Amino acid sequence: MNILVCISHVPDTTSKINFKDNQTVFDTTGVQYILNPNDEFGLTRAIWFKEKQGAHVHVIHVGTSEADPTLRKCLAIGADKAFRIDTRAVDGTSVAGELATFVKNNPYDLIIAGRESIDYNGAMVPGMLAALLDIPFVPNCVGLEVNGNQAIAEREIDGGREKLKGNLPMVIGGQKGLVEESDLRIPNMRGIMQARQKPFELVPAQQITAATNDITFEKPLPKQDVKLVPAEDLDQLIELLHKEANVI
Amino acid sequence: MSVFVIAESENKTLKRNAGEVSSYAVALASKLGVNCTAISFNADNADVLGQFGVTQAINIKNAPLHFDANYYASAIVKHVQSLNATHIVLGSSADAKFLAPILAAKLGAAYVPNVVALPTNYDPLTVKHTAFTNKAFAFTQLNSECNIIGVGNNAYGNIESPVACSVENVEISNLVSNLEQVSIEKISGKATIADADVVVSGGRGLKGPENWHLVENLAEVLGAATACSKPVSDMGWRSHDEHVGQTGKPVSTNLYIAIGISGAIQHLAGVNASKIKVVINNDPEAPFFKAADYGVVGDAFEVVPVLTEKLKAFKAQR
Ligand SMILES: Cc1cc2nc3c(=O)[nH]c(=O)nc-3n(C[C@H](O)[C@H](O)[C@H](O)COP(=O)(O)OP(=O)(O)OC[C@H]3O[C@@H](n4cnc5c(N)ncnc54)[C@H](O)[C@@H]3O)c2cc1C
Repeated sequence: MNILVCISHVPDTTSKINFKDNQTVFDTTGVQYILNPNDEFGLTRAIWFKEKQGAHVHVIHVGTSEADPTLRKCLAIGADKAFRIDTRAVDGTSVAGELATFVKNNPYDLIIAGRESIDYNGAMVPGMLAALLDIPFVPNCVGLEVNGNQAIAEREIDGGREKLKGNLPMVIGGQKGLVEESDLRIPNMRGIMQARQKPFELVPAQQITAATNDITFEKPLPKQDVKLVPAEDLDQLIELLHKEANVI
Repeated sequence: MSVFVIAESENKTLKRNAGEVSSYAVALASKLGVNCTAISFNADNADVLGQFGVTQAINIKNAPLHFDANYYASAIVKHVQSLNATHIVLGSSADAKFLAPILAAKLGAAYVPNVVALPTNYDPLTVKHTAFTNKAFAFTQLNSECNIIGVGNNAYGNIESPVACSVENVEISNLVSNLEQVSIEKISGKATIADADVVVSGGRGLKGPENWHLVENLAEVLGAATACSKPVSDMGWRSHDEHVGQTGKPVSTNLYIAIGISGAIQHLAGVNASKIKVVINNDPEAPFFKAADYGVVGDAFEVVPVLTEKLKAFKAQR
């Protein structure tokens, strides 16, 4: 089984989000980038398939060389080969378009992306990719088994779970649950050394046109001070929630 | 040119968020001076969309009973073409976020999710939406012939403007699914995090799973969904689907009550879109107080049972 894991490279969850150039550009000063957490769960499941079922695991990123350390990390924790489609990622449509062209030329049995990237939260790329390739797609995936030519994937729905069955190739939008937090791997020295020898290929972009573009950004207004209610006077809290906030 | 709104249903009735997306779509259509048509699947009560100003609805009555993204998207594509729809409005439920990217790719449409208001500009179409997990808003231009707007949960609200809604029940054929449903597990009779008006959430401050009756009892009085912080689900005190925050489920409810949760940046990012936040924590320095509207500094084990009883009495009076 050949697995392609789509990797996104995102600001660390503790990052302060600021904008520059008249609020038109995300200010990366002092921002540390990490492997998107949802993708990390997917990659770890892919490596499980490698170890238990002999799968080959490739990772791919659409973007600039800024993400190379993240791709190297993926190789260090067990991926066999990395690809980077060399272009600046603009929106979900253009990224999915680039990936679809790549997969049409290099078929895979299973494509695992993250549920969403934690920066733009679009949750667009995996579904668009599946539709462009005309293959099944399961988002918010919290369980995945492969048997021959078939996969059973479980997705989280509002208030529960749904188990779906489909033929490979398939696209998965992965998240925590695909593996547990404790299954995630930290690259060790041996992995890091091996990663240096593993193939890393640059792929020229198709320069697919984006369908959207960000014009400006805005930060939420600063919050008003909290109203503290004494623990002995909870009637006051109820009164405030009822009369002032109108929420009960 | 026309606006097309996707009204979700479940068990043959419209879901609650159908009102919100319809209200948004009707307002959008009126700004653009065009018609608005709704589409639903197996909804016996599609005519209630009239309450929100929708005058015509198409109800597909022979679709698979369970939501089937690829099948539904194909059915929608047919109608988008016949109605010459230029703007498509849908919600932010798990199903809507499943459907929208597939639909966008099939139509070659632009799509922006988590939109919080009517467009700030109509030509070119520009919308305001959350980005960086609620740490910022982005204003984004949609540049396709057909543009899809995903309205954030509780971002717009229901706006009633009753009219008569004529429903055309249609059957479609020749569509196939590429996935088969094996099973579905769904808690019934309990509010879900996505749907609830109120969410009561517990953190590590509650010490252990045996104390969760505090959260559950309070939630029951308020008709609320229950949620938890990430370590609580990591330790297995509560199941994964209750984990909220940047790497868990997003919460954008009217009232979010956090009990024994410190308010780490990753937690806040995921729940900040909620309108009113109440924090109960015994540490006055807990960062959550800075992000809260109301706070009680106190021991959850004392405060929560009293609050629950008082709320019960309050609800009983009304
Ligand atoms: C990449 C990444 C992603 C993450 N994503 C998420 C996410 O999506 N969601 C999330 O929640 N976290 C997330 N986290 C974890 C986050 O950083 C915090 O560790 C977590 O939110 C803390 O959970 P907590 O508030 O329950 O626990 P703690 O931080 O331990 O806080 C417990 C609180 O309970 C209070 N308390 C203790 N006893 C009592 C009492 N008797 N009465 C009242 N209050 C009491 C304490 O004062 C304290 O404030 C993420 C972390 C990382 C690194």
